[in-house]
Amino acid sequence: MAADMRLPTIRKPVSLSVSAFDRRDLVVPGDIITSDTGFMRGHGTYVDEEKLTASVAGEVQRVDKLICVRPLKTRFNGEVGDVVVGRITEVQQKRWKVETNSRLDSVLLLSSVNLPGGELRRRSAEDELTMREYLQEGDLISAEVQSVFSDGALSLHTRSLKYGKLGQGVLVQLSPSLIKRQKTHFHNLPCGASIILGNNGFVWLYPTPEQQEEEAGGFYTSLEPVSLSDREVISRLRNCLLALAAHKVLLYDTSVLYCYESSVQHQVKDILKPEVMEEIVMLTQQKLLEQEG
Amino acid sequence: MAAVQVSEAEKVYILHGIRDDLRVDGRGCEDYRHMEIETDVVSNTDGSAKVTLGHTAVLVGIKAEIGKPRPMVPDEGYLEFFVDCSANATPEFEGRGGEELGTELSNTLYKVFNNKHSVDLKSLCISTGEHCWVLYVDVLLLQCDGNLYDAISVAIKAALFNTKVHISADDEGGKEIELSDDPYDCMRLNVENVPCIVTLCKVGHRHVVDATLQEKAVLCGEPDHLRHT
Repeated sequence: MAADMRLPTIRKPVSLSVSAFDRRDLVVPGDIITSDTGFMRGHGTYVDEEKLTASVAGEVQRVDKLICVRPLKTRFNGEVGDVVVGRITEVQQKRWKVETNSRLDSVLLLSSVNLPGGELRRRSAEDELTMREYLQEGDLISAEVQSVFSDGALSLHTRSLKYGKLGQGVLVQLSPSLIKRQKTHFHNLPCGASIILGNNGFVWLYPTPEQQEEEAGGFYTSLEPVSLSDREVISRLRNCLLALAAHKVLLYDTSVLYCYESSVQHQVKDILKPEVMEEIVMLTQQKLLEQEG
Repeated sequence: MAAVQVSEAEKVYILHGIRDDLRVDGRGCEDYRHMEIETDVVSNTDGSAKVTLGHTAVLVGIKAEIGKPRPMVPDEGYLEFFVDCSANATPEFEGRGGEELGTELSNTLYKVFNNKHSVDLKSLCISTGEHCWVLYVDVLLLQCDGNLYDAISVAIKAALFNTKVHISADDEGGKEIELSDDPYDCMRLNVENVPCIVTLCKVGHRHVVDATLQEKAVLCGEPDHLRHT
């Protein structure tokens, strides 16, 4: 049982990969965006001596006459159709409060979930009383954003077989800006595990279920012990995700898979060492560049 | 410490993993997280160290002051501990929230480190019965992710190693003492016997070393603290 101790590593500056097609305008707080007074100022900007200055660190977005700065490190700002992974924090009358790394807790209404058994019926008073049997405080769910309330809180729904309560697995909490928007966020990776990349930065890793269940989405959670080989795959994926997040690499199924493949020669617990992380991420970035063109 | 919410299925997953000797981050039951130690970080102390154990970060500063020795042991110096749970670590430590934890940690550290088996307290004596060195050890919790005792004990050992205590030029044994003017004229402490705490959490037949906050929330049963040199 040897504990690995060392001096702290000097953090190397993350080099920006300069792609040919996008040279984005990145600003830090205090950077002057423009001196032209013809523009309207949006979020993330302020006027300082007639010059438009950025107040957050991020990317400048210009729409006609409106300039705003979209911050890179921010809470999750949900839009309709986003897939999120959240944790139930409260059980209230006819709804659940879900924590999704946004400014306000999201809301999951009782009418927005599929009742166990898959029946379509009006929610009765009895359903209200048995809400806790379905989802308790601390449970994890995958859901989709149905709408956004006027105060900015998200309204979620799990009205599809692929959403619902999550069973055994590992949750990794990352920044929402690292998750790439794609057509589907549910992937069954060929290495032997499945992944849900929530738009809110919460990534759920779980063992691939053997057969697709036909019941109402995710009501029954299996508490059977997961096999050791599946566990190793999931732990390795978790450490790879943390390595990619530390080096600010965009996360999607391909990048995660390449990172997994690059990490195979190391032991799972070694992946979190700084030098091994750097090596793996470099290999991943190389592979991604090769794949692009 | 901070409350981490875990679902029932996650609990089962973690417990089975410990049983199979493969925890969530790939460690075995007897593996520590990545640890980084740095000494001499705070310039206006006599000795300091910063330890990062995974996401747990601890900063220790030691100041040596001249004081009166204890009546029972007039030829020994002593150590005083204070643990500050900073609100930076978790919002629960805001205001007086971290006081209870801080007092508990201070008391344990006092029992572990402030005895003649760990530190050579006789070397801290200047003149018997009159003057001695008192080492004020201040521990600051910067980030909290489980396993505080281990991180703090390693940090204290490193900080004691780094401590420079000034040598008195004349030790005549009188009421007045003089310290040498040379700032480099100091003695270092012998930290060979200073212990490091190893915290074990018992789960069924297994003992888990270096549990994260999430694992602690799952494991039931009191953790035992073992002393290990």
